[in-house]
Amino acid sequence: MRQLCKGNVAIVKGAILAGCRSYYGYPITPASEIAEAAALLMPQVGGTFLQAESEVAAINMVYGAAAAGARVMTASSGPGLSLMQEGISYCAGAELPCVIVDIMRGGPGLGNIAPEQSDYFSMVKGGGHGCYRNLVLAPASVQEMADLTVLAFELADRYRNPTILLADGFVGQMMEPLDLEYREIPIPERPWAVKGTPETRKNVVNSIFLEPDDLEAHIRKLEAKYIRASQIECRSETFHTEDAEVLLVGYGIASRVLHSAVERARRDGLRAGFFRPITLWPFPKQALLDAAQNVSRILVVELSNGQMVEDVRLTIEGRIPVDFYGRTGGNAPSVEEVYSQVMQHLMAMA
Amino acid sequence: MAIDSKTSAKALEILAAGYQVSHSKSPAFYDTYERKGDCKHQTHYCPGCGHGVAHKLIAEALADLGLQDKTIFVSPVGCSVFAYYYFDVGNVQLAHGRAPAGATGIKRTCPEAIVISYQGDGDLAAIGTAEIIHAANRGEKITVFFVNNAVYGMTGGQMAPTTMLGQKTTTSPWGRRASNEGFPLHMAELIATLEAPVYVERVALSDNKNIMKARKAVRRALEVQRDGIGFSFVEILSPCPTIWAKDPVQARKWVAEKMIPEYPLAVFKDKAHEAIENRAIPQRSVQDVLEIRAKDDVPLTELPKHSHHAEDLRIKVAGFGGQGVLLLGQLLTEMGMREGLEVSWLPSYGPEMRSGSANCHVCLSQRRIGTPLVTRPDVLIAMNEPSLRKFAAQVAPGGLILYNQEHLPQDLHLPHARVLCIPASEIADKLGSSKAANMVLLGALLEATHCLLPATAEGVLTTKIKKADMLTWNCAALRAGREFMDNLTPDGTITRAH
Ligand SMILES: Cc1ncc(C[n+]2csc(CCOP(=O)(O)OP(=O)(O)O)c2C)c(N)n1
Ligand code: SF4
Repeated sequence: MRQLCKGNVAIVKGAILAGCRSYYGYPITPASEIAEAAALLMPQVGGTFLQAESEVAAINMVYGAAAAGARVMTASSGPGLSLMQEGISYCAGAELPCVIVDIMRGGPGLGNIAPEQSDYFSMVKGGGHGCYRNLVLAPASVQEMADLTVLAFELADRYRNPTILLADGFVGQMMEPLDLEYREIPIPERPWAVKGTPETRKNVVNSIFLEPDDLEAHIRKLEAKYIRASQIECRSETFHTEDAEVLLVGYGIASRVLHSAVERARRDGLRAGFFRPITLWPFPKQALLDAAQNVSRILVVELSNGQMVEDVRLTIEGRIPVDFYGRTGGNAPSVEEVYSQVMQHLMAMA
Repeated sequence: MAIDSKTSAKALEILAAGYQVSHSKSPAFYDTYERKGDCKHQTHYCPGCGHGVAHKLIAEALADLGLQDKTIFVSPVGCSVFAYYYFDVGNVQLAHGRAPAGATGIKRTCPEAIVISYQGDGDLAAIGTAEIIHAANRGEKITVFFVNNAVYGMTGGQMAPTTMLGQKTTTSPWGRRASNEGFPLHMAELIATLEAPVYVERVALSDNKNIMKARKAVRRALEVQRDGIGFSFVEILSPCPTIWAKDPVQARKWVAEKMIPEYPLAVFKDKAHEAIENRAIPQRSVQDVLEIRAKDDVPLTELPKHSHHAEDLRIKVAGFGGQGVLLLGQLLTEMGMREGLEVSWLPSYGPEMRSGSANCHVCLSQRRIGTPLVTRPDVLIAMNEPSLRKFAAQVAPGGLILYNQEHLPQDLHLPHARVLCIPASEIADKLGSSKAANMVLLGALLEATHCLLPATAEGVLTTKIKKADMLTWNCAALRAGREFMDNLTPDGTITRAH
């Protein structure tokens, strides 16, 4: 049965469905509804909601709760995520599963609170110190805000690694139908956790490895996880790629605009196709290569000055021209804008 | 231990200096320090270091109180980062200064555990000031042992917030000057000013007598947590012979002679009161909280299924904040959803709202919705003049504009769209609630376009509005909007019925 739900609220609903009962966070537009929904809902199902004194504290509360075996999350936007980077690095180093939501807004600095997709670098490429990766999921609809939150918790546990839900102010603020089905979602055992029990007394949660060889071995172990994840966790969506001449690539809200643009192009008899990464890390390279096999041009559209486009270019390795169109500051490209870009490209090819 | 009063001061000092090696090991320590690597019988602390003594006092207390199995020791960044080498308890290592935040997450997850946050003065009183103050202020049921050695030990002797005035460190090479670095920070006193903390004491590892006092304080602090009373905090003045460039005996003397005068030893707070009242929050099932309803739970109002929806309808609603702009959009969206359409609603938010105007984008479609942004609306509902001026030009050719006034502004010509002027606020006023202007416009829209069914609107209003009189007003306004349309001639001018 569908319910009309805000994207930010859907995240909390997905989290509760996934068995998460711990939320630590600090308010920031356009992510505050996540904290507000968690404050309202978590305690009603026996969970914990705590407004931390800062994002620095919030991520370390997440670290502590995860170390103690909780399925736990936090959420923020750019400035808050910048503050969390040290803690995220510690979580990755100590192999603590947790879910971190970034509802992107305009930056750098205080920027503004309007939507952008400008945290791709800081979330997908790291941002914190050290050799680690975040798993990163990019929802594009309210339904996905919930579904990918459930998946995020599963991935976090599967890889004992922070998993980021990277959305933007539009997807966070919009309302769409949400179809939730109640089901028991198993929470895996965490025998490594420190719970204040005789069985877990010998456990230690830690990210310090003083000896170079020990740290290198630890990094290799992390790397092995990342390789495994990149082999099996890539997710993406395609549309009209079979005979496409121009492939439009975007994630999150940008992909929604691209979807409309491709539909319009097809109505006008133009052979445009659509590719949307759902996992930003691991980046769905093979799927992109498959989708791009017969196209002669790729257009990447982002609400940034060009961040994900670098991964598209790394994937395509110069075989096809990869162009970029971006808007920033809270502006979103309109379908008309993207459509005219497509026309230009088709004309350039003709 | 009883001390012979005739024992010389010197002998006492030596005794105290030897405290950490002269007793048998607490069972709360590992027998050998396997995690440490080399020298598995010795700690990594320098001879005469206060950390060793503090560890010993804590380990003894944990064993004596029978808390070892329940304990989670949070180690900081500082010389005690490796506490997990020694304590045979659950161990969690945290980022510099963040131990109280981490301990909060741990304790909230495992309320039965005994959670210890062990921190140095750089960790607690500099980089982690916010975390300690707020953990204390929330009354987290944890125990904090704060080792104040007036310097940064681990990083090689830089200034700490607790460094004494005049004290030379590598980053206060001229001696700490109040004019440049401020004054030594008195954390125990600061924490004691807060309401929530239950037990706050400062002790010193300066001589045997004070060590015995420290021993008692450590126990008391752990008992406060064990009994679930609240936040306990023990500041431990502690020698760091290496950085101070003193031998262990001199270092203890320095604690006694220099530190204690600056940092007086005292019990600053000991409220053995009951734990703060915890108001229980009513519990509901997950299905309830998530508003998951099986299809057959929902009373299906006998809606005639709408059969002639437009394939796509993109609507923009705009006006002043407080006119119910966002709500009108949400209603349309909810109605569309109930009629089986794909729908999306996107609000303007933030500064736009603050300047007093609001708008939202609504898409109704028979197919998956691409962009939820409405840049070329098929319908504009302009609830005030600025919104009309701002968005009218965006309306798609042949689109519809509903304007909340009797006439268009004289200078405005909108030949590209069909314009319906509806004095919705006036109509709503007459019905007794100017707030219902949005409903008048909704009624008019339904009548003008047949995009959704009026019965659906009433169905949605019935489930959304709990207050009976509010519901009556809104439904009346909806009807008034529809009736108004009956009196409107197609060219957009009004035929007055009265
Ligand atoms: C974010 C961050 N900044 C700086 C450091 C470097 N650092 C490690 S320990 C320390 C100070 C430790 O001093 P204190 O807390 O007094 O403990 P002690 O070593 O004296 O026991 C500093 C600055 C760090 N690890 N992390
Ligand atoms: S440097 Fe100071 S605090 Fe660190 S171990 Fe040595 S004596 Fe102890």
